[in-house]
Amino acid sequence: MSSTTDTAWEAVIGLETHVQLGTNSKIFTNASTAFGDEPNTHIDPIVCGLPGTLPVLNQKVLEYAVKAAMALNLTIAQHSKFDRKQYFYPDLPKNYQISQFDEPIAEEGWIEIEVVEKGQETYLKKIGIERLHMEEDAGKLVHAGSDRLAGSKYSLVDYNRAGVALAEIVSKPDLRTGREAAEYASEIRRIMRYLGVSDGNMQEGSLRCDVNISVRPSSEAPFGTKVEIKNMNSFSAIQKACEYEIGRQIKAYEAGEAVIQETRLWDESKQLTKSMRSKEGSSDYRYFPDPDLGPIEITEKIKENWRNQLPELPSAKRHRFSKELGLSAYDARVLTDELNMAEYFEAAVEAGADAKSASNWITGDLSAYVNSKRLSFSDLCFQPAGLAEMINLINKGKISGKIAKDILPELLLSGASPKKIVEEKGLGMISDPEEITKIIIQLLESYPKEVESFRSGKYKLQGFFVGQLMKQTGGKADPKLANKILAEKLKG
Amino acid sequence: MAIAEWRRQLSLGKVSARELTQEKLSRIKDLDQTLHSFLEVTSDRALADADRIDEARAAGQELPPLAGIPFAIKDNLCTRGIKTTCASRMLADFLPPYESTVSQRLWNSGAVLLGKTNLDEFAMGSSTETSAFGSTLNPWNIKKVPGGSSGGSAAAVASGQCMAALGSDTGGSIRQPASFCGVVGLKPTYGRVSRWGLIAFASSLDQVGPFTSSVSDAAEVLQVIAGSDPKDSTCLNIPVPNYSDSLNDSISGLRIGLIKECFDQEGLSKSVKDSVLEAANCLETLGAELTEVSCPRFNDGIATYYVIAPSEASANLARYDGVKYGYRSEASEDLAIMTARSRAEGFGSEVQRRILIGTYALSAGYVDAYYRKAQQVRTLIRRDFEAAFTKVDILLTPTAPTTAFSAGAHADDPLSMYLSDLLTIPANLAGIPAISLPCGFDQTGLPIGLQLIGNVLDEQRLLRVAYQYEKAVNVMGSSPSGEFIP
Repeated sequence: MSSTTDTAWEAVIGLETHVQLGTNSKIFTNASTAFGDEPNTHIDPIVCGLPGTLPVLNQKVLEYAVKAAMALNLTIAQHSKFDRKQYFYPDLPKNYQISQFDEPIAEEGWIEIEVVEKGQETYLKKIGIERLHMEEDAGKLVHAGSDRLAGSKYSLVDYNRAGVALAEIVSKPDLRTGREAAEYASEIRRIMRYLGVSDGNMQEGSLRCDVNISVRPSSEAPFGTKVEIKNMNSFSAIQKACEYEIGRQIKAYEAGEAVIQETRLWDESKQLTKSMRSKEGSSDYRYFPDPDLGPIEITEKIKENWRNQLPELPSAKRHRFSKELGLSAYDARVLTDELNMAEYFEAAVEAGADAKSASNWITGDLSAYVNSKRLSFSDLCFQPAGLAEMINLINKGKISGKIAKDILPELLLSGASPKKIVEEKGLGMISDPEEITKIIIQLLESYPKEVESFRSGKYKLQGFFVGQLMKQTGGKADPKLANKILAEKLKG
Repeated sequence: MAIAEWRRQLSLGKVSARELTQEKLSRIKDLDQTLHSFLEVTSDRALADADRIDEARAAGQELPPLAGIPFAIKDNLCTRGIKTTCASRMLADFLPPYESTVSQRLWNSGAVLLGKTNLDEFAMGSSTETSAFGSTLNPWNIKKVPGGSSGGSAAAVASGQCMAALGSDTGGSIRQPASFCGVVGLKPTYGRVSRWGLIAFASSLDQVGPFTSSVSDAAEVLQVIAGSDPKDSTCLNIPVPNYSDSLNDSISGLRIGLIKECFDQEGLSKSVKDSVLEAANCLETLGAELTEVSCPRFNDGIATYYVIAPSEASANLARYDGVKYGYRSEASEDLAIMTARSRAEGFGSEVQRRILIGTYALSAGYVDAYYRKAQQVRTLIRRDFEAAFTKVDILLTPTAPTTAFSAGAHADDPLSMYLSDLLTIPANLAGIPAISLPCGFDQTGLPIGLQLIGNVLDEQRLLRVAYQYEKAVNVMGSSPSGEFIP
């Protein structure tokens, strides 16, 4: 058995992502999809699978799924249908899930991810996507006396989530590191949020990822035994779970042990994966076409219409921001993470702000404010045009950066025009050379000792005079001009 | 009395809805101890509904088409707040919080519901003997079965306990009991009538239709229940034509095809064959052109059906697990056992048999050989019909190979019972409309059914041919009588 150092172990990772589509009503009925309400308040006879009820496809779900598929560069199927996936479990009211088996709504696509890792060069990678299909979510079980059905004294079932529309997105096994897996998942989330088809909230379960992962001794070797990992509810958990699992599998192989095909759970508190159930005999779901739902038909016209409604996607925005607006890859990435932020930035640039300055303000002070107040950029009453106005006041020398920072809290609260605030409060910069000269002469007269020391070689004292000058002018003296005049006058 | 005649008398004030309802309720009281057509009789509601019709008439309001018509509904159609059991222990106490589209449409058209009728459990059977609440007997001879699965509805109409009834037909469950009980039974085109509120047996085959004592009544009822429904995606969004207007049009020149394979059946009784051929000749004298056509896959229908229907049923009936509603076995130590016991105790043996067949047919390793193969044969059967309808307008067969069989006749051999649906199943597989109407009696006095099959959505022509035949022959001049039927 070779040692770690001379075996080029490679991990092969694929993700199955469940995205809750953010329609107001469920996939096959009008019941609400609201999250977090009292158990069993968003149910109806269809959700509960009462006898004689029938599902009818929510057309908005189809629209969201198709738009998502288009954004993932998938081909929309000519023929698509729903199937019944059968298994008995009390969170599944009909004991079958309406899903899509062999004719998903879309197949064969890809996305580009930008992989940023500390200490390593950032790179772009194209990740293949196998398919996207629609299905209904299951309800939730709450177990008493155990965290599982097995061993619990009793279990309660809440069908509020049952029937919520899901898009399941299956990647190809193109991911190689935990970082790539996390980046892929976060790019999927970003795209879904840009499209407005899902809020992608991992804590509330609107976005859930299962990881399939194996390792092999080299990139040419056949795939190793695949292990499925569930229960990660953050991107960093995805990364860490992959990294832990890669280590565990390599260690097993190097110790001459086998990796068994199974499902493992990520334990966030212990930062490790543990075995949940063995998957040797894979379940037989007895899929067959759902006779209650006809074939899914979308006219070319509707498809075209939906395609035209797609927004510019995050990767396109990133490219444009760095290419056309000259931002660094890092800034472009941060600005495009949330559509609202990206749109705020673009509006500011549109209103005449210099891109670099706008980027700095937005990713700095504005983001800090938005985050601390749990707001979105679209909620800000300080408009992008206001930001552009403020940036131009600075760049034209009308106010200093310090003044801008001072008045920002007020701007954020009131949304007032920066120009107006500056005028009202008399905060405009003193940039008249004569006025500054006058102040400097007075200043030098009141500190004769210091002037003498300066002239005898203590040049560091210039800082002292600048400080005094700013103090006297309330920070309004144009710093460049003031330095220049001060230097002249100090020389004598 | 036909629905049209009743409407006339009611509008003239010669009879009231209450009188008619009371007459039917008392007939139920007299006969149904013996026949057991009804699982539940809703007398109070029926009388209240009838009174509303009478009040409306007295107030000079225009009456809806089925005003005051005493109706029965098969107990696999959900009725809000009225027990809907599917004749199963599993749903013995099930009160639906919603109304089936067809029953809603009946209410809207003024019909008066007398009660819910017996059926084979979950509509699985051909004799109404698998009902968990006792068999229904054939009004023509109480030693015989009424057919099934809609045996309660057929017997209720045949014995005059109601003027019309609704049934459901998955493989012949309307037509075969109509044949056995000597009434008219219509299975519309798949998708012509909404399935919302029909408790599913095999969703791609189930279709609701009427039992009546005449073809014109069948047209009237179909008129009310047919049409698109946003609650059922398989319900066709195609306008409903007027089914009564063209009943009197001539059938001269219409091409009627006798399906060769049906008349070559080994199990086809001679009296049935003779009677049906006589009916064909009658149609010829009315101006129709008779030809023989071949549907080579016709006899594969039964094997195909007994894969597809149980497959769909195995999924449709998975929801009955004792968790949310329906029968729950008590004192189970864990969930899996509770589900298994609830199903073992809540379902009868025929239902369990079909769930097992369907589960097997869909299982990995068998799904290609059974379910998928059956779907392929289904396509071939449909194509046979498509080809036949390029040559003829209407197809003609017996409805069932025999007249009503004796109670318990197939108790030990479920397969032999399955054969009684041989001639009705293909129309379900192809989704095309078919009607059974009486065409004579065998030597023991049991009614024989003639089946006419139409092309997709061709109910108008189908009803016209049936009506012309009925008018010419008037078989139903006689009705069931016996020591228990006054």
